[in-house]
Amino acid sequence: MSDISYKVPTMQEMSAKGESPEVLFWVGCAGSFDDRYKAVTVAFTKILNKVGINFAVLGPEESCTGDPARRAGNEFLFQMQAMSNIQVLDGYNVKKIVTACPHCFNTLKNEYPELGGNYEVIHHSTFLQQLINDGKITLKGGGEFKGKKITFHDSCYLGRANGVYEAPRDVIRALDAELVEMKRCKTKGLCCGAGGAQMFKDAEPGTKEVNVERTEEALNTGAEVIAAGCPFCMTMMSDGVKNKEKENSVKVFDLAELIAKSEGL
Amino acid sequence: MEYISQIAFLLVLAVATYFITKRVGTIKNNIQLGRDTDRSDQKGRRWKNTFLIAFGQKKMFKKFIPAFLHLLIYAGFLIINLEVLEFIIDGIAGTHRIFAPILGSTYYSAAINIFEFLAVAVLFSCVVFLIRRNVIRVNRFKALKGWPWLDANLILIIEIVLMIAILTMNATDQLLQGRDDHYVQTGAFFFSGFLIPLFENMSVGTLIFIERFAWWFHIIGILGFTIYITYSKHLHIFMAFPNTYFARLGPKGRMNNMEDVTTEVKSMLGIDTGATNGEPPAEVARLGAKDATDLTWADLMGAYSCTECGRCTAECPANITGKKLSPRKIMMDTRDRISEIGENIKKGKTAEEGSPLFSEQYITDEEINACTSCNACVEACPININPLDIILQRRRFMAMEESSSPQSWNSMFQNIETNFAPWKFPPSDRFNWANKLNEEK
Repeated sequence: MSDISYKVPTMQEMSAKGESPEVLFWVGCAGSFDDRYKAVTVAFTKILNKVGINFAVLGPEESCTGDPARRAGNEFLFQMQAMSNIQVLDGYNVKKIVTACPHCFNTLKNEYPELGGNYEVIHHSTFLQQLINDGKITLKGGGEFKGKKITFHDSCYLGRANGVYEAPRDVIRALDAELVEMKRCKTKGLCCGAGGAQMFKDAEPGTKEVNVERTEEALNTGAEVIAAGCPFCMTMMSDGVKNKEKENSVKVFDLAELIAKSEGL
Repeated sequence: MEYISQIAFLLVLAVATYFITKRVGTIKNNIQLGRDTDRSDQKGRRWKNTFLIAFGQKKMFKKFIPAFLHLLIYAGFLIINLEVLEFIIDGIAGTHRIFAPILGSTYYSAAINIFEFLAVAVLFSCVVFLIRRNVIRVNRFKALKGWPWLDANLILIIEIVLMIAILTMNATDQLLQGRDDHYVQTGAFFFSGFLIPLFENMSVGTLIFIERFAWWFHIIGILGFTIYITYSKHLHIFMAFPNTYFARLGPKGRMNNMEDVTTEVKSMLGIDTGATNGEPPAEVARLGAKDATDLTWADLMGAYSCTECGRCTAECPANITGKKLSPRKIMMDTRDRISEIGENIKKGKTAEEGSPLFSEQYITDEEINACTSCNACVEACPININPLDIILQRRRFMAMEESSSPQSWNSMFQNIETNFAPWKFPPSDRFNWANKLNEEK
């Protein structure tokens, strides 16, 4: 472990040296503040280091994309956030962005252009898929997930919202794991319950929590790992697994964590 | 005397045309009460969607059995209506089966046999659909009560009765062909042939009466049904096409940008828009939706296109877990309210009379707040109706005009404003995760 010292350059540092990275890693609020998702940020950063990607983060200059504000109806706040983010991004002449959050991904990719922010934005599942396809990540003989049953929970903002269904599955297949599908998957995938700013309030009265419904479906596949590609799905599925008292036998991991763990990072 | 049936027919046709035209005008006006939205782009893609999704029923085939039965009714509707053309010409010209001598008995009987096959297929499908609704009680139909329940059943029953009329007419016609020189020889009809035993002991006079009665019943039935459809969920048979054409394109995750807000935000941030020349912007229209007229015409068109199949609601995570939200109800309420507003205007009342779309009477905030914006409803709709768009426009009104968003959301807004994150963490801590990077596992 100690032979590699992982680095996270910020845009400010790079620009001071007159350098510009190939890609900006947009960490997102969950990736920065949520204890569980910080591990995903760390895992993805380690992969970027290992593969030798010339990347940088905004660090303290990063700010909410405005997605939850927009979904909850506060267009003013969304646009305020978007425009100040665009000023920062354009100030550093950012061209390409990778993010581990489908909500940030959707907003940056689909909603910033109308406000003047034009970037090539990819989700980290697609980024990892490309690294695997390019032979930059080679999981020789698989890793600790070889042969294990893994099910992938589609995030709405990655799947239905943007049509990314295969990249995360390709990543799982590269682990030499057994990918098992839930009945409601891909275009018919069931939401974890946190989208549309639901993450930031209690659910309306009902008969069941959405995440419990979804977790039950995931557990029914017999998978030992529930893979996710979204911080909110991660929270909801982890809570669901706890609710079903299965946290000792079933783990919820992000795609980057699966790769990092297999690589021994 | 000999022209009396032709005069009667023309009268029936004129009355039906009058009512249908009037209803089409009303619905068109109601749709145009919506706000403007530009759907004139990407014509090639729009035609392709119309062809594949509306005409080709691509999205229906996610569920094979109902899709197949629906296809039979749809094909029957399209093709049997060719026969209605003969009905209309016969009715006006006072002829009987005018296409028979033109096509010759081989082709004519082939055509009628195809129509009869479809009539039987439609009849069969409608019976199965009635069973699915009322005996098996498929889950997504259970929530329909009152008029929507009656409407759905009436449509199926009317279609069954109309098909029986065609078959009865053909059966009696075949008997008359052997007994009265007036009837043109058409060759045998396979399916209605099975009904002949029911009628063969009847006198020529009775047969003529039944044949004529079935003919008039069928044509008046079709015209009457067309008028009925304009009041019914069944309007989707026409609206599916324009609705699919005008449906939103592009990634489902993209929300439409509010230009009015952009102008204001730019001036607040001191970004020169070049448009205002320092003058205050023109009066900003209502932000978001309070009533049906605040929605776009495309949303209202969606409401008139919805046939209440409930595929959206069956896929909705909120609905599945017992929340009040039902995307189908969003569309049904929107249609009811915009129709009410249209009536208000017609009667010279103010448009707003009655309860607004977003109120206890129609769609409550509890329903609106339960949405996860997951797009499952949008994906599920066989004709690309977008209930999510309506929900999000309501949320905009709640957040920006009424300040009636849930308290937790107001706190989230405040956190973003002050800490630039939806949670209450100081922005200076944002990069602390990097400290963990080189910690030993």
